Amino acid sequence: MPQHTDSFSLSNVDQPTRNVEIEFNGVSKSWGENHVLRDLNLSVTAGEKVSIIGPSGSGKTTILRVLMTLETPDVGVVSVGGDILWDVKAGVKPKETKKMRATRRKVGMVFQQFNLFPHMTALQNVIEAPIHVLGLPKKEAEERAVELLGLVGLKNHMSHMPHQLSGGQQQRVAIARALAMRPRVMLFDEPTSALDPELIGEVLGVIRQLATTTDMTMLMVTHEMRFAQDISDRVLMFDKGAVIEQGPPDQIFASPEHERTRRFLSMMLDR
Amino acid sequence: MTWDNEFAMSVLPELLQGLVVTVKLTLCGISIALIVGLIAAVLRFQKIPVLAPVLGFYVQFMRGTPLLIQAYVAFFVLPQYGITLSPFVTGVIVIGLNYSAYTAEVYRAGIEGVPTGQWEAVAALGLGARRKWLRIILPQAVRTMVPVLGNYFLQMFKDSAILSAITVVELLAAAMKVGGNSFRYLEPLTLAGLLFMIISFPASLLIRRLERRFATTH
Repeated sequence: MPQHTDSFSLSNVDQPTRNVEIEFNGVSKSWGENHVLRDLNLSVTAGEKVSIIGPSGSGKTTILRVLMTLETPDVGVVSVGGDILWDVKAGVKPKETKKMRATRRKVGMVFQQFNLFPHMTALQNVIEAPIHVLGLPKKEAEERAVELLGLVGLKNHMSHMPHQLSGGQQQRVAIARALAMRPRVMLFDEPTSALDPELIGEVLGVIRQLATTTDMTMLMVTHEMRFAQDISDRVLMFDKGAVIEQGPPDQIFASPEHERTRRFLSMMLDR
Repeated sequence: MTWDNEFAMSVLPELLQGLVVTVKLTLCGISIALIVGLIAAVLRFQKIPVLAPVLGFYVQFMRGTPLLIQAYVAFFVLPQYGITLSPFVTGVIVIGLNYSAYTAEVYRAGIEGVPTGQWEAVAALGLGARRKWLRIILPQAVRTMVPVLGNYFLQMFKDSAILSAITVVELLAAAMKVGGNSFRYLEPLTLAGLLFMIISFPASLLIRRLERRFATTH
């Protein structure tokens, strides 16, 4: 496991009061007849690590995509760090605004398919946005990138092109790339689903380290049940566009109340 | 009528001058086509309400009407509205704009070929429109576009002969002029054809090499 360097630390001093970091209020989204979010109300406190589990196609990913403004809710209010990201009245399609862009900057995302820029080296992938979005001088962005690539255990792969890296390595670069923007909220959209089984561990290891050593708010959609149980403060069971059950991981995994959760878990754990 | 070597050699300098005009015509024309086509393609992607359908119509119109008609309109009709340009400039603009409709489609296909995940990564990182197009999307789209654009380049080189109809003295017009003066067409037309080939054949080999290079790197 790569060591945390002294000069760069993602963790802040623990705040005495925990503020609400993410809030969904009456958020709905559907594709025709398929309701991926049904009147979702969800509140996540700053620093909380939340895992979202549930069957495929249940809308879990849409929660993250709405937070990343990759998708527009049909109706509802979404805020991040107290600033409104979406405020959609039914039938009104909001436009991208400067304020939305500023709010979105608090959020970083790691994708299932990594989505690295294939024509840039690992280092270039990581410094691109800090230089051109945050306006960091190149030297500073590179120092930050070197530390982050070290943090994810890829100090020796900085000048590699994505196609020269394994899936697990690519995903770790993608994590470093998202971290380089110093987001307050990190979203992980099935970060290990596209990986060969033997590569899953290295990516989970990095995420685990982030979860235990940083104060970032983390939202993760995952099918790795044991991992979700280990690192989460709270687990949401999502089905057919709604949270049907939520609670501390021990409760959800040991004594789920909902029949649907029980069936889903036995299916996942029996694999 | 038999081939006359001496006559052929005597007309060659004039044909070479025509070839120079053809090459200039093509280079200027392809520059216009590459730039205007790119602007049209990127603007169409921005989905600006009025502009997008106008650009769509532009592409359809340019591709749907013969180059020769477009050349005649530019040459005979525009001067009546006070726009008078030299035959060469008229020819360059006509062939450049005509091909911009094709290059716009090549760009469009190339841009659409860039995976959705790349657009989403750009959005997630908050990169602005300029960076998005110049650093992320276009460099990836270029891979699929280069070979196709190369073929259009070659086609334009040959199509430029059409512009002889509006008195641009390029290679074909030069050959016709020499032929008309001496009533011997065999040598000038044959040489003109050979001169076209001397350029287009190596160019096509080069394009094939580019095709292979861009296919393997990714």
